[in-house]
Amino acid sequence: MTNPYVPILILGGVALVLALGGLGASAIIGPKRYNRAKLDAYECGIEPTPHAVGGGRFPIKYYLVAMTFIVFDIEVVFLYQWAVNFSELALFGFVATMLFLVVITVPYLYEWRRGGFEWA
Amino acid sequence: MSYAAPHIGWLQIAPLAIVLGTGLVGVLVEAFVPRRARRTTQLVLVFAALVAALLLIVAQWRDTMASGGVSLFGGSYLLDGPALAIQGTLVVLSILAVAVFADRTSVGQDAFAPAAAAVPGSDYEELARRKGLEQTEVYPLAMFGLGGMLLIVAAGDLLTLFVALEALSMPLYVLTGLARRRRLLSQEASLKYLLLGSFASALLLFGAALLYGFSGSLHLGEIAAATGTIAGLEGLLLGGMTLLLIGLFFKVGAVPFHAWTPDVYVGAPTPVTGFMAATTKIAAFGAMVRVVYVVGPSLQWDLEPMLWTVAILTMVVGTVVALVQTDVKRMLAYSSIAHAGFVLVGVLAFSTEGIASVLFYLVVYGLATIGAFAVVTLVRQTRTGAEGTVILGEATHLAQWAGLGRRSPWLAGALSLFLLSFAGIPLTAGFAGKFTVFTAAADGGAVPLVVVGVIASAAAVFFYVRLIVLMYFTPEREEEGEEGVTVVTSSGFTTVVIAVAAIGTVLLGVLPGPLLELLGQAVKFLP
Amino acid sequence: MSVHTLTAARLPFADLAVPVAPSGPWQESAWLLVAVPLVSAAVLLLAGRRSDRWGHWLGVAASAASFVIGALILVSLLQAPVGERVVEVDLFDWISAGQLTLAAGLRLDPLSLTFVMLVTFVGSLIHVYSVAYMDADVDRRRFFAYLNLFVAAMLLLVLADSFVLLFMGWEGVGLASYLLIGFWNHRTEYAVAAKKAFIANRVGDLGLLIAMMAMFATVGALDFTSVFGAVGSMDTSTATIIGLALLLAACGKSAQFPLQSWLGDAMAGPTPVSALIHAATMVTAGVYLVVRSAPIYEAAPDAQLAVVVVGAITLLFGAIVGCAKDDIKKALAASTMSQIGYMMLAAGLGPVGYAFAIFHLVTHGFFKAGMFLGAGSVMHGMNDQVDMRRFGGLARYMKITWVTFGLGWLAIIGVPPFSGFFSKDKIIEAAFMPVAGAEWRAWLFGSVVLIGAGLTAFYMSRLFFMTFHGEKRWTTAAEGAEQHPHESPRLMTWPMVVLAVGSVALGGLLSIGGVFTTWLEPVVGHTEHADPVLPIPVIMASTLVLVLLGAFLAWRQYAASTVPQVAPAGSALTRAARRDLYQDEVNDAVLVGPGAYLTRSLVYGDRQVVDGAVVGVAHVTVGIAERVRKLQNGYVRSYAATMLAGAVVLLVVVLVTRI
Repeated sequence: MTNPYVPILILGGVALVLALGGLGASAIIGPKRYNRAKLDAYECGIEPTPHAVGGGRFPIKYYLVAMTFIVFDIEVVFLYQWAVNFSELALFGFVATMLFLVVITVPYLYEWRRGGFEWA
Repeated sequence: MSYAAPHIGWLQIAPLAIVLGTGLVGVLVEAFVPRRARRTTQLVLVFAALVAALLLIVAQWRDTMASGGVSLFGGSYLLDGPALAIQGTLVVLSILAVAVFADRTSVGQDAFAPAAAAVPGSDYEELARRKGLEQTEVYPLAMFGLGGMLLIVAAGDLLTLFVALEALSMPLYVLTGLARRRRLLSQEASLKYLLLGSFASALLLFGAALLYGFSGSLHLGEIAAATGTIAGLEGLLLGGMTLLLIGLFFKVGAVPFHAWTPDVYVGAPTPVTGFMAATTKIAAFGAMVRVVYVVGPSLQWDLEPMLWTVAILTMVVGTVVALVQTDVKRMLAYSSIAHAGFVLVGVLAFSTEGIASVLFYLVVYGLATIGAFAVVTLVRQTRTGAEGTVILGEATHLAQWAGLGRRSPWLAGALSLFLLSFAGIPLTAGFAGKFTVFTAAADGGAVPLVVVGVIASAAAVFFYVRLIVLMYFTPEREEEGEEGVTVVTSSGFTTVVIAVAAIGTVLLGVLPGPLLELLGQAVKFLP
Repeated sequence: MSVHTLTAARLPFADLAVPVAPSGPWQESAWLLVAVPLVSAAVLLLAGRRSDRWGHWLGVAASAASFVIGALILVSLLQAPVGERVVEVDLFDWISAGQLTLAAGLRLDPLSLTFVMLVTFVGSLIHVYSVAYMDADVDRRRFFAYLNLFVAAMLLLVLADSFVLLFMGWEGVGLASYLLIGFWNHRTEYAVAAKKAFIANRVGDLGLLIAMMAMFATVGALDFTSVFGAVGSMDTSTATIIGLALLLAACGKSAQFPLQSWLGDAMAGPTPVSALIHAATMVTAGVYLVVRSAPIYEAAPDAQLAVVVVGAITLLFGAIVGCAKDDIKKALAASTMSQIGYMMLAAGLGPVGYAFAIFHLVTHGFFKAGMFLGAGSVMHGMNDQVDMRRFGGLARYMKITWVTFGLGWLAIIGVPPFSGFFSKDKIIEAAFMPVAGAEWRAWLFGSVVLIGAGLTAFYMSRLFFMTFHGEKRWTTAAEGAEQHPHESPRLMTWPMVVLAVGSVALGGLLSIGGVFTTWLEPVVGHTEHADPVLPIPVIMASTLVLVLLGAFLAWRQYAASTVPQVAPAGSALTRAARRDLYQDEVNDAVLVGPGAYLTRSLVYGDRQVVDGAVVGVAHVTVGIAERVRKLQNGYVRSYAATMLAGAVVLLVVVLVTRI
């Protein structure tokens, strides 16, 4: 009988090959035409400039989107499992999930009241 | 297979629920209460909640000590003696720490950025400052942090422990970045704390995974049971325990996982530093003591070399580097590292006396720490310009503290008391704390550690006394042009905190007996 | 009988007086002795400038109140039968951790009360003196607060019934001494002197800590009764370790070889401080510690011998240094060192010496404090001049100071019938007592104390003649400060007169019928008087001859002939003595040098040790610390790397030790 960790090892190997292969292949065969946008740091949120433009305010929308995303995304992740096992979890599951919903609604309310959705 | 709902002890989780619930309500307050009323509402809520939590803890003390505690949520939440004792300590210290948050002093500003999202130095920030905005979110954040701490000391499995660790860390990362003055430094500290904290969490999680690999369970009790029965996988077990402990070493600031401590303590708003230095360390030690005492005993011989190394390094590096610091907050940061080492000595006693001594030491250390940082918040720099003298941020350079004893004898006296307590001078609580810790460790056979500890304490006296000497016996520095130093008046909160901490420090120094006895009951961990 | 004195003498400790509960209101309120000056110190410090006008009188009153309470307790103890003269007053349970309970309590017995009387009586006089001496100082109130703090700590030290409480007093007097040496800290060298004293004392404190740990490890308790009761079952090596550690502590506090270098510098403090702390009381705490720990030393002959050797070295060392110093206070400090060497030596001789050590301590407390006050009075009249080469002929101008100082001088050199004669002569006799199996000891230590007596006569006479006799060598107007010597105010002269009376009469009074030695017996045990290796009259005669010789030589050189205003180059020995026999250099070479070298080679190759702001061994620590600080460079990447390296190392430690 093989060691139970052998499949994991194989999986790791495959992942490594895929990752390195992808990087390598694009480096070898991909066209290389750089422009300003491409040379910027990877776009994930605000521009990494030392001073924000426009009177010291910088767009905070990225964070707002992220926060909203978490509110709904995580909510769904948990709700799905609860829905599948609804009858088995019974009252305890119901109360727990409702508590969870309340908790996750609070930041949503906060975001709303503090003008998080007013994207002028 | 049918699902059985876990047992929930409502009384037992009430303190935790109240604290976290108050955090949530606090967020709603931020959302719905008009700006002017927010601070008052938050303060009333927070103090009411903390007092209620404390009363509930006191109310269940006797039963818990008699029954040895209860296991809730299928063993994920173990409310036993040590957990309850540390929860009580945390709540008491939080009341003090949050009171320092609330102090606006005679300047009329608290220690937090008026608009934390504004870019430092921008027009918008200036506007927010002029309008007198306040970031009252600090109170819910503190509550969430405290909730994590209350949970971590009672965490019975590694997943709960991890979640609690994150729950206590996240709010602190944010709080660290909220300083009103020197905002870039504060934000840098916050980012450093986040990055290194994540790194440490990853190590802890890795350790948890290895332990699961070893025992097939995440419950501390079951892991402990597995140590005796599963052969051949010691590598997983020991590696897992080491990594798990490293995650906690990070939180307590033990060497060599201490590097974040000085930078973060200096960068964070001083009230937050006080809160963090006292409570986080206590909570992390609570978790560590549980891990070491529940899983550790059968591994004592395997883990001792590592724990000894860390304890000795922590005491020595903390003390030695503190000797050359020229910044008060930095010096206190290194001193807190050294104290983590002293507590570790108590942990290494591997006895019930060890647990009691650690619990006592943490109380003593927490009181003096909050008191000392509270004093720091009141000593400010000034600049005299065209429009008169302006009071700026805290004067943390040691040279600026020269002669403080002449101008504010009470304040300097209180700080001296806290420093003497840190130094472990008899008749202060620190002495009783060191004494019990060292006694317990010596009884437990860790005599070399005690020797190192005593020598480190003796060396540490030097830098504590140096500050006292500076305050009382060095003449005030000449006012250099526009720069000066002044002491602002507290709006009441900080004064009360300093007084309470000072009285506690003296009281526990003169009569440590009753508290020691009380904590002596709280030394039994549930498996 | 004579040969077995020491071995036989061990017996008395087997049936030491058993402590009894306090009786009578005064014994029960013994805690007031400590509390009164302590509260007064707190009031003075906290009241701030508001108490400037009356603060000094509060200080005097607090010290006097302690004296009165002490005297009442003394009377009550004298009325009690001899067997009930060791009283233990329980105050409260302090810490109980595990198997250990620390209770705070006071021990009233002849030894502690002797100290109480000395400290409060001399202390009160010096308080009075200071009212006038510190008159011009704006911080006089603070000065009195520290003096009161000192008195409280010193009383706690001597009254403690356990080593823990004693340690608290020990630290307390160290703190007070530090504060008072550095009282005029606006002058850098004074602040440095304070630091030096602090560090030398910490080295000594380490000894006391080690001793306490050793006691705790073997006995499991730290109160005198339990520890001394358990000495019988202790093995000799343990007792020796404890004894040596206690000796180290005593050396630090009492400025004994090799930790003596701080005392001379400590003269930077105001003169009343030198008189009270660095002559009469605190520096004798080491002798107290040794005598108090007598049962331990009785069980550890090697440690006892070490005490004698340390005493002998210091007594010669101090005497030699004293012959060369031109600073009046430093010469007196050297003399203090030397006299404490006598006491230490006596204390190390065992039961034959304990009582005499304490006896000399008491008489010395009087005459040395008196002389320091005299020196202060001279400085007061001479614009704070301390160089004896610029004194001379002061006898005509300061009559009272001259007479009182002169009586102190006669007492210290041991001219009969002054106090010093009775106490020092007894020590000389005791040093000549034969020790079983080691005949050489009696001859060696006997000769050392004899030579010491001669040297004492020389340097004290030198000091006396240079100051009060010979021609005037005062600084002139041309040199910037014309001198107009004058007698000091009454508040200063009266304490000097009282102390001078003590210097004359105390020794004789207390030796009538051996009153003092009998009084101390419940604590130090009773010894049959044995015969010294030389007949007593021979010893006494040779002592007197040496004393007269020393005094005569001093007279010829410093009174009858001209004293140069600037110190001549002198011989190698003189130059060495002026520099404290190179003690600072030795400290640097022995302690600082190798330590620095070790760290340099061990830790970071041969990079230069970074110069820190502190003295002594701290240099080395600072050197290491500066390096560790460099690791704290502010980059998250290095921090994370440190953590990772740490994690790897710990994993290796755990997994490797497993194998």
